[in-house]
Amino acid sequence: MAYIDLQNEFPGIRGPMAFRPETAKPLNMLAEILLRDDNNTLTRGERELIGAYVSSLNDCFFCQNIHGALAGHYLDLDIEQVDAIKSDYSLTDLSPKMKSLLSIAGSVQKGGKWVTPQQIEKARSNGATDMEIHDTVLISASFCMFNRYVDGLGTWAPQDRTYYTNRAPQRASEGYIDFDLAK
Amino acid sequence: MAHINVPEGVPGIRSLVMFRPETGKHLYELAQVLLRGESTLSEAERELIAAHVSSRNKCFFCMSSHAAAARCLYGDEEDIVDDVLRDAKNANISDKMKALLNIAGKVQILGKEVSQADIDAARAEEATDREIHDTVLIAAAFCMFNRYVDGLASPTPTDPKIYEEMGKRMAGGYNPPQSQS
Repeated sequence: MAYIDLQNEFPGIRGPMAFRPETAKPLNMLAEILLRDDNNTLTRGERELIGAYVSSLNDCFFCQNIHGALAGHYLDLDIEQVDAIKSDYSLTDLSPKMKSLLSIAGSVQKGGKWVTPQQIEKARSNGATDMEIHDTVLISASFCMFNRYVDGLGTWAPQDRTYYTNRAPQRASEGYIDFDLAK
Repeated sequence: MAHINVPEGVPGIRSLVMFRPETGKHLYELAQVLLRGESTLSEAERELIAAHVSSRNKCFFCMSSHAAAARCLYGDEEDIVDDVLRDAKNANISDKMKALLNIAGKVQILGKEVSQADIDAARAEEATDREIHDTVLIAAAFCMFNRYVDGLASPTPTDPKIYEEMGKRMAGGYNPPQSQS
């Protein structure tokens, strides 16, 4: 049960979004452009993975599971492989560029000032563009918002992790703007 | 020097929004709805929550600019802003605002830090569910804005006069800067 009366029973972020559609609109527009827009040299899967990783650092069950499931859907990874990336991406076979971007995302999660010029240089030397670095920082920062929104209001989350993997294909095709909060 | 190639001579988040207007317009719309949209919390109170969270995140640019906007909106009562930034628990504000700032401070640490007792304390001071919702989302949003601004090392002025001018402009609302073409 959420801390406030959201006047609906939807899980996770969908509860407060249905409660307050005026703020839901820019939040969903932001998610759509950051995570799903095709005019981006990072794939949808890579961007969802950054979101899932930051959500796990913020210990947000709902966000890390739905965005982890979406990353798995796009990148053809199972739940164990996504979990392995979340627990220690340096041991996985992700590209050096993705590893350096996840390192930046992890620093942003602690606080903006944790990002060092050395991390930026490393990402650049692994082929990351300024736009990719920008989007990595903003995806990480935005999940520091989404995670706090979801947990700060005490929303409920289904505990069965297959709930999220089962939903991922539908969520991937619908995107963040034109979907029914009740479904 | 910012970490990425943003336009010269433009401070803080505006430089980032000019670099990436496609995301910037939604960030500005979020700020406009949350901080200037219809609400039973005054615009000054909402800017105060933003400045308080930015101060806790040690984001000098956001703290200075939103404190300036809050001073501008509080008018004759502008001392409230520095009072809260110094010590929110003992500041000269209503018990309801203290309870809401307490929730915002918990959100700044992490969502899970907010407890039912924090919510009950705000309700006991007659905060509505909508006010509690907006307080949580303002605090969460500034945990994003602060990280965005500092995570890319956007240009941060130090002259208080610049923030005073910025605060006056912000008091009138949030409009994204036009990108350089």
